[in-house]
Amino acid sequence: MNRSDFTILDNLIYFDNSATTLKPKCVVDKISDYYTNYPSNIHRGEYNISFKADDEYNKARESIASFLGARNDEIVFTSGTTDSLNIIINGYFKNILNKGDEVIITKAEHASLILPWFNLVNELGIVIKYIKLDDNNHVTIDNLMDVITDNTKVISIAQITNVIGDIRPIKEITKIAHERGIKVLVDGAQSVPHMKVDVKDLDVDFLAFSGHKICGPTGIGVLYGKKELLDELKPQRLGGGMNASFDSPECIILKDNPIRLEAGTPNIAGAIGLGEAIRYVNSIGMDNIYKHECELKDYFINKIKDIDYIKLLNNENDSGIISFTIDGIFPQDVGYYLNKYNICVRTGNHCDKILKDEIGIDQSIRVSLYFYNTKEEIDTLVDLLSDKERIMKEMLI
Amino acid sequence: MDDNTKREILFDNYTNPYNKIDEELDGYLKVNSNNESCIDNIDIYLLIEDKTIKDIKFKGEACAISTASTSIMIKNMIGMSVEDGIKYVNNFINMINEEPYDDTNFDEALVFDETYKQASRKTCATLPYRGIIKLLEDNK
Ligand SMILES: Cc1ncc(COP(=O)(O)O)c(C=O)c1O
Repeated sequence: MNRSDFTILDNLIYFDNSATTLKPKCVVDKISDYYTNYPSNIHRGEYNISFKADDEYNKARESIASFLGARNDEIVFTSGTTDSLNIIINGYFKNILNKGDEVIITKAEHASLILPWFNLVNELGIVIKYIKLDDNNHVTIDNLMDVITDNTKVISIAQITNVIGDIRPIKEITKIAHERGIKVLVDGAQSVPHMKVDVKDLDVDFLAFSGHKICGPTGIGVLYGKKELLDELKPQRLGGGMNASFDSPECIILKDNPIRLEAGTPNIAGAIGLGEAIRYVNSIGMDNIYKHECELKDYFINKIKDIDYIKLLNNENDSGIISFTIDGIFPQDVGYYLNKYNICVRTGNHCDKILKDEIGIDQSIRVSLYFYNTKEEIDTLVDLLSDKERIMKEMLI
Repeated sequence: MDDNTKREILFDNYTNPYNKIDEELDGYLKVNSNNESCIDNIDIYLLIEDKTIKDIKFKGEACAISTASTSIMIKNMIGMSVEDGIKYVNNFINMINEEPYDDTNFDEALVFDETYKQASRKTCATLPYRGIIKLLEDNK
């Protein structure tokens, strides 16, 4: 779909969409338009181009809010998922958690979710509990119930993880959590770009995602929080833009959210570019994107499942992420081999260093799809993977 | 050297690496070398007597190019004086970085004479060299 918006696809097969996505022309043009025609700061000037910048910045926020089913004042611009997660964990949870409180995660989470929590184990003495993954490495409600105790305060997981790619039952999880006074923080880095995510329907307390994984620019991301929770989130950065007035340490008055959490000159071009990206994917339709990826994934899995030296890590998942290994060949060498044919795949442990405890494999080759991928591209990939001797030969030089 | 010869040498050293061990080794100097952006991770064990490299072994997992490069490095360096070892390492790194180098004693290491053209393979080929140079510098 929409391949003509990506000229780079003329001679590239791009299968690394979980790492970052390609940028359509309209997003690049939108950013260029800002820098060329109204490169002004926001919140400040009384002149036209400053109004224009303000207006576009606000429109971007509105597009994102309506995309997620949130209110405008629940959408905070950050530099990305990592930034959002750190702000939520250190600005909100650090202030309400105490020694012995339990936080539930899984071993399949990304470093950007695991490490801020590990840090609170060291700083506050909170306790981390892991949901046991089932035979397909999925999260099940039964296994979640096994680790919930009276001390559980937070469930903090991705809606879709970057290696296994299962869609977690977030709506059911928030229901169970809220009945017990537990808060739910969702890493939406891999879900928001690929499926319809409605924060009110899911009833999540906090959600984070990155612009660059949804056709937007790098350096911009979103923190969503329910209004009443965001109001309790302590700003991690203080400075211009976010204060209403101050004259002494005793008297600092901050503005309302979301501006309160966006100190300093924000990434204006990034936010405007992300707004355009969101309008772009929305015009394709999130349900269409999701359906297309699932079709391609099934097509790919059907073609490789009978190749005996290929081991799939996640044939049961329901997203466009396929991770596998090839017997006796180091994943990186496969990556190098495919690169010769202008095919981009991810190899390695994908920022998840404790998952190997669970699945016994610490590295893999990952193909992650998006709407612009095609069956023909998958045919090319499968052709190259179906001759092991050729891989062994060509991976060397 | 033509590509087929290179391929054979790489393949042999990758599938049958010289002095690769599975267990920890006592009585040797040890250094870890890894590539941050990937999973290459090896321990190099070095035995020096009378300013001479008596033995080198390695342990760990790495890609085909890193493994082959380590195997070839070990074959070449055993028996060298520490001083010659340092020169050899520097010459190898110069070759990878497309700078002037002296290929005396290079033998199989010449399979890497065009690696500078492959950005992603440069860190693989130099993996063991970046580790061993630290031990040699500390013990010269
Ligand atoms: C599941 C998941 N969470 C978080 C992140 C971190 O995103 P970023 O690097 O954009 O902050 C990623 C990116 O790879 C991811 O896949």
